[in-house]
Amino acid sequence: MIPLRAKRRAINAFNLGMAVLTTAFGVFWLGWILWTTLSHGIGAIHPALFTQDTPPPGSEGGGLRNAFVGSLILLGLALAIGVPVGVLAGTWLAEFAARRKLGGVVRFLNDILLSAPSIVIGLFTYAIVVDPSGHFSAFSGGVALALILIPVVVRTTDEMLRLIPVALREAAIALGTPYWKMVLRITWKAAASGILTGVLLGIARISGETAPLLFTALNNQFWSTDLSHPIANLPVVIFQFAMSPYENWQKMAWAGAFVAMAFILLLSVFSRLILKRGAPK
Amino acid sequence: MKAASSAIAGQPSVMHNGNRSAGKKVRFPADFLFRKLTGFIALLVAITLLAILVALIREGSQALHVFGWRFFTTSAWDPVANQFGALVFIVGTLISSAIAMLIAIPVSFGIALFISELAPRWMRGPVSTAVELLAAVPSIIYGMWGLLVFAPWFSRIEPWINDHIGAIPGLGVLFRGPPMGIGMLTAGIVLGIMVIPFIAAIMRDVFLVTPPALKESAYALGATTWEVARHVILPYTRTAVTGGIFLGLGRALGETMAVTFIIGNSNNLSASLLMPGSSIASVIANEFTEATTDLYRSSLLALGLILFLITFVVLVFAKLLLLRLERGTGKKA
Amino acid sequence: MIMMQENFRNSPRDAALHVPAGAGGAVAGDNVAAMPPVKISVRGLDFHYGKFHALKDISIDIPEKRVTAFIGPSGCGKSTLLRTFNRMFEIYPEQRAQGQIVVDGENILDSKEDIARVRAKIGMVFQKPTPFPMSIYENIAFGIRLYERLPKAEMDARVEQCLRQAALWDEVKDKLHQSGTSLSGGQQQRLCIARGVAIKPEILLLDEPCSALDPISTARVEELLKELVRDYTVVIVTHNMQQAARSSDYTAFMYLGELVEFGDTATIFTRPAKQQTEDYITGRFG
Repeated sequence: MIPLRAKRRAINAFNLGMAVLTTAFGVFWLGWILWTTLSHGIGAIHPALFTQDTPPPGSEGGGLRNAFVGSLILLGLALAIGVPVGVLAGTWLAEFAARRKLGGVVRFLNDILLSAPSIVIGLFTYAIVVDPSGHFSAFSGGVALALILIPVVVRTTDEMLRLIPVALREAAIALGTPYWKMVLRITWKAAASGILTGVLLGIARISGETAPLLFTALNNQFWSTDLSHPIANLPVVIFQFAMSPYENWQKMAWAGAFVAMAFILLLSVFSRLILKRGAPK
Repeated sequence: MKAASSAIAGQPSVMHNGNRSAGKKVRFPADFLFRKLTGFIALLVAITLLAILVALIREGSQALHVFGWRFFTTSAWDPVANQFGALVFIVGTLISSAIAMLIAIPVSFGIALFISELAPRWMRGPVSTAVELLAAVPSIIYGMWGLLVFAPWFSRIEPWINDHIGAIPGLGVLFRGPPMGIGMLTAGIVLGIMVIPFIAAIMRDVFLVTPPALKESAYALGATTWEVARHVILPYTRTAVTGGIFLGLGRALGETMAVTFIIGNSNNLSASLLMPGSSIASVIANEFTEATTDLYRSSLLALGLILFLITFVVLVFAKLLLLRLERGTGKKA
Repeated sequence: MIMMQENFRNSPRDAALHVPAGAGGAVAGDNVAAMPPVKISVRGLDFHYGKFHALKDISIDIPEKRVTAFIGPSGCGKSTLLRTFNRMFEIYPEQRAQGQIVVDGENILDSKEDIARVRAKIGMVFQKPTPFPMSIYENIAFGIRLYERLPKAEMDARVEQCLRQAALWDEVKDKLHQSGTSLSGGQQQRLCIARGVAIKPEILLLDEPCSALDPISTARVEELLKELVRDYTVVIVTHNMQQAARSSDYTAFMYLGELVEFGDTATIFTRPAKQQTEDYITGRFG
């Protein structure tokens, strides 16, 4: 009995030790990547980054102003399209289709869309926007990002609305409130912090997306805010500059990566805090 | 008092309503419209998947028409000669994802086990958050880090891999090649790191909801923590764990930017994992804007169609497994 | 008494008022004589949750400006019955009701009835307090605005009046613009009652309004019921028999989806006509 017991304990100790090691392994990569971005990026941050546009190949100086602004424009477009669509679709799922088969099917397809490769979304946007219109454009980039944002917003809206107690809905209905008004004034309001979290997480997700922009918004070395033309944007600029042989460009890629990473991580942490505080009970 | 109550009782009801109906309207039309509007938009979201399929089939049809089945089975990818075959990229996608899963599955299991069974309560939150933040890091940063930091470091390990694992007869052929840092193996490793958070999060969630009574009855028999994990928790959560793994696989298959940076972008098949290769996503990202002929572009879109179909099947499978779990916990709630 | 009885007898709805045998047949003669006019008249009501037959041929007359309590073991259908009075079930596709519920001469189950009008006439308070995610003031004003456009001063007065009616004014008058969720459970429930009476209903439905409250808050709500019944017809569902005995004028005992006995509360609790009722109130089951 004793040897068997010892063996079992040894196996236990070994495997649990491995569990601790794998956790350290996982956290180690995060630390390494964060450290890399920080150490390479912070030195490359300077005011010109935000006041000058991307420099031509091989030249010194320049900044990322056009890329930052372009990314903000694309984000704005994606939000303008994606948030209303996502919130309304999620509202239908939670309010009108919670127990219906069709609701289950839509929820299922939305979840698949949520995990679909972003490059496929890019190709799809190319096929339905860029190809028919004949040219790459900021608008098509916004559409591609919206298509990635929508399933995130649908899912969180649906989940957050379904957490609202039935009694709250019934209390409003009992007053004679029309259903639409009940949704707008009571359940949306009660779920507001949750829905906002979904939108923030969605922003975090799309602001680093590169693949779908490669053949929609493309890139633009110059300042442009025209929605019907290609537009500079941070992810694609980082991609180009990081792959280039020019030291100046590589440094800027790190600076851009640092800004993008800081933005995204802050958003992720911030939205988690909101969710913890304001989650409907 | 008596008179009053009889007066009210005798009061015609219509009058009573008449007093209060001034501001009232029949409200059903607005409700109906609201319901139809949201329903229409929800259906629009749902048919997006179908629209993607249709669009990719239409755009890729030229290539599929010209090459037929050979598109899937030949490895020639020669834009100059207008010859296109997807084999190299399909294989590259599958191999890099397989390497990723080999790394991600055990590591995710270890992390989930640590968080759910071993970690002191105060550590659970921070470790969970750290792992989840790995998922928030944009893939382009994984790519940059992989190309400019990890690959140079890894190229110093590769000679050792060459000498030791490469010397094993049979299996060794996979691990022989020049120490370039980039290549199929590097891409697989970075992909593995990228999908760990997705798999670990699902495993952790289901481990944490395993009924305590089940675990405690095994502990009561004198089982060790590992034995409880291996023989109670894992079998109990098997379906969801498999679903989580497939969800991670779906991610790995479609991941683009990180792979594009580090896979080496070679259009040749090579036996060695240390050699550069290509995946479906990486070749699309690299060549799409340079595709000058219609057939070239159509071939790339046909590649996109293949990627979509593979990930679709994997994701549907994953979701079906996870759906069973959701129904199960739904009942308990 | 005599006048009321006279009025009752002479009412044009007299024929509809008699309680059919089988359901309320246990109502004793002297109770009938004492009953005030009828506010809600239910005839042959059946209710289904999907395939489950939850209410079976219910007929009952709820007297006006009295507190009527529905008691019975859980699952007996007392809440279901209450929720048919404002067609609350309608927002769930798999629930349906057949039969008649006549309020002031109109069958509210008739789908031609404007449901918002029906609900405006009937206030409802739920088991758990359901303050809306807005300020205390807005919680009251929300319902009023559905039906009336009032200038600010009048609205203020209405809000104050409603809060006073719910015996909450003194506790909240200095924090009207704080969130409704910041109140204690008992205060929240009285806020919900204030919100219910703000739309000037004629009927107030309460679905176990005290089950989530502490004894002191419960006593306050029960006191409040005694005030409210001067102006409203009150129907309360409760699993607490003492509460029914203390605060209601009439009591209906339900069991397995059927109305077993209905009558004067004192009679039900002292001389029930049916064995089942006696078993339940003496605690032999349920």
